[in-house]
Amino acid sequence: MSGSALLLQFLNGLAGANSLFLVAAGLSLIFGVSRIVNFAHGSLYMLGMYVAVWLAPATGFWAAVLLAALIVAATGALVEIGVLRRLYQAPELLQLLATFALVLIVRDFALWAWGPQDMLGPRAPGFGDAVFIAGAAFPRYDLLLIALGPLVFVLLHALLTRTRWGTLVRAATEDREMAAALGVNQRWLFTGIFGLGALLAGAGGALAVPREPASLAVDLAAISDAFVVVVVGGLGSVPGAFLAALVIGEVKAFCIGYGYSEITLAVEFIVMAVVLVLRPWGLLGKPLPAPRGAAAVEPPLGRIDRKAALALACLAALLAGLPLAGDEYTLVLATDILVFALFAVSLHFIMGPGGLASFGHAAYLGLGAYGAALLLLRAHAPTEAALALAPLLALGGAALCGWFAVRLAGVYLAMLTLAFAQIVWSIAFQWDSVTGGSNGLIGVWPAPWLASKSAYYYLALLVCGIGIALLWRALGAPLGYTLRAGRDAPLRADAIGIDVRRVQWIGFAIAGTFAGIAGALYAFSKGSISPETLSVPRSVDALVMVLLGGVQTLTGPAWGAVLFVWLQDELAREVEYWRAAIGAVVLALVLVFPRGLAGYLKERFAR
Amino acid sequence: MALLEVRGLSAGYGRARVLFDVELELGAGEVVMLTGRNGAGKSTTLKAIMGLIAREGDLRFGATPLGRLEAFEIARLGLGYVPEDRRIFTALTVAENLQVGRRAPRPGLPAWDEARVFALFAPLAAMKERPGARMSGGEQKMLAIARTLMGNPRAVLLDEPSEGLAPLVVRQMAAALAELKRAGVSVLVCEQNAQFAARLADRAYVIERGTVRPA
Repeated sequence: MSGSALLLQFLNGLAGANSLFLVAAGLSLIFGVSRIVNFAHGSLYMLGMYVAVWLAPATGFWAAVLLAALIVAATGALVEIGVLRRLYQAPELLQLLATFALVLIVRDFALWAWGPQDMLGPRAPGFGDAVFIAGAAFPRYDLLLIALGPLVFVLLHALLTRTRWGTLVRAATEDREMAAALGVNQRWLFTGIFGLGALLAGAGGALAVPREPASLAVDLAAISDAFVVVVVGGLGSVPGAFLAALVIGEVKAFCIGYGYSEITLAVEFIVMAVVLVLRPWGLLGKPLPAPRGAAAVEPPLGRIDRKAALALACLAALLAGLPLAGDEYTLVLATDILVFALFAVSLHFIMGPGGLASFGHAAYLGLGAYGAALLLLRAHAPTEAALALAPLLALGGAALCGWFAVRLAGVYLAMLTLAFAQIVWSIAFQWDSVTGGSNGLIGVWPAPWLASKSAYYYLALLVCGIGIALLWRALGAPLGYTLRAGRDAPLRADAIGIDVRRVQWIGFAIAGTFAGIAGALYAFSKGSISPETLSVPRSVDALVMVLLGGVQTLTGPAWGAVLFVWLQDELAREVEYWRAAIGAVVLALVLVFPRGLAGYLKERFAR
Repeated sequence: MALLEVRGLSAGYGRARVLFDVELELGAGEVVMLTGRNGAGKSTTLKAIMGLIAREGDLRFGATPLGRLEAFEIARLGLGYVPEDRRIFTALTVAENLQVGRRAPRPGLPAWDEARVFALFAPLAAMKERPGARMSGGEQKMLAIARTLMGNPRAVLLDEPSEGLAPLVVRQMAAALAELKRAGVSVLVCEQNAQFAARLADRAYVIERGTVRPA
């Protein structure tokens, strides 16, 4: 690559860094003050894009950018007042879940308002042409963006360090309770910071309009980029976000410039992984204080006693009789439920007793599914071999991601696992020649002896039943106890000779492997496989199942899966915007039962 | 009528009950000492009054019941709180810490401003731009009190002002407390070191196993 081409790539990276910074800075500010990771931040960015494209014909480009930013800011403030304000005392996971419900709702709103087609925006008047830098054309608009990033940074920095409001924000970021004891009303502080964060995201989206079309996939792409930037820069640090946005922007630009656009996300992940290993709190971040009073001591999980075992045996017998009574549709639904029960139980294995809340568990489901499909279609392996070997791919993925994940905790862990899943997704999505790209792979049908719905149902019942039984058994074995010890008292566990990280890593790998088994079963039951299998919403489905059933119960997650899959099936048939409907259900559950459904029942009946 | 009145206060952490039926009063301009052994519930009493932990009981400040108020509202009524562990905002400078505590002056009371708290705690005046993270324990303690005074409180809940301080600083602290009393600020002070506050205190309560009796 010549010198001038290098320079252009470098400038490209700077221009890209601008929108990364705007989104990440807002995310980081909101997290710093409220300790809420706003999953919906990418959705606010997407909303900014759509609103700008929509308004531009009427108002002109610049007014549209301004209005879009303000509208999104108002939306953010309303969301804080209406939803998040009620959740500041709730467990971290429920907060994340609530913001994810918002993602679903915003996406369906955009689908309803602007339709499924990508929308091309106008060019910025006066900045539509190119300038010549070192003999090569470079969009004038990108130069504007390059100047804008540092300007916004300086303004934000001044706001935070030179005004009383900024001082209060920084004080509340450090110690909310003490700020309150000094008479600081945090409600308006939080609403304000949420509005500001939303303003930045909306502006970032609106300003990106001349560079890329508005589309429904922008929300998750933006949020995973922002997660990477925030984690690399350090949560809660605006200068960190700025620095990291530059690094990631350049990395992306050079990957694309050298013709490796497919591996952009993978390279981002590598940058993030390296930073996290060297500086676990990001480049400019500080270790997070332990959340006050958050780690409630939970009673041990229940055990499967004689009575429960008998009940489960009866249930198994009942399920074995299902093909005699049910039609094909019921059998397919029942197979789905079994597969997702195993998937949910595998997530609970690591998330409940392990305390490692993975936000990308679908990656292992997807790796198992793609593994099975690829073995069948590309290696022409028999069904049995594909089913048996595919989980090994999931094991590999889980071992890789888990190695990094067990070095982190809380939201850093959530973000790392999510980013990893997003990378696996992008590989599946972009590697056309192998994975079939966005279309996925079709013709993943099992061997003739499993071809009937009832035969396959029996296989699923057998495999999932044994899988769930093994996972439950392991939780009552020394491995399960050491996992719990590592969650509740890592230092004490360390002191009595438990290698906490190693145990957690093993747990993570086991959970991934069983998710992979579920994935392989899933691929053959559907006959086809698409990147949606390992998308972020799928990961969140698993979290919803576990939280619905109760993360501090043994069998709850399986019941959560039953309820969730059944509900989704009903909603998808009856309701057009079923994503939003699921989002609304999740939001309602979180708001009405801030301690989780199981927690509510426990509280209700323990008295 | 007492400025601060506490009747039948009980509180705790999670399932563990710490306070049972605590009764106490703080009159206008009074300095009252709350003493007792480690773990008797001194700090918990102050936190409960301030609304920082869940509690039950009949609490009044002036004419206002505190039961349903949040911590920030209680602080705005004019009840200041200085925690035992200081809880300085370490990323903020001395001046910024004071700014967080600043509230409008109260009619009838002389206003606290930077100049006045620096007169009370001379060492702080020399380190206005120093971040909280780079201050000694004694300096942080002074800043914590100064920060609360910036809110022009009518009464201050002062948790263990002398704990862990060098004798010289303890003497400074005692002088500051005397100055507060002269300025008409009521103080409810928790102390394990009975000698420290005994000379200044008008009255004292002893707290034992979560219950209070007059000393």
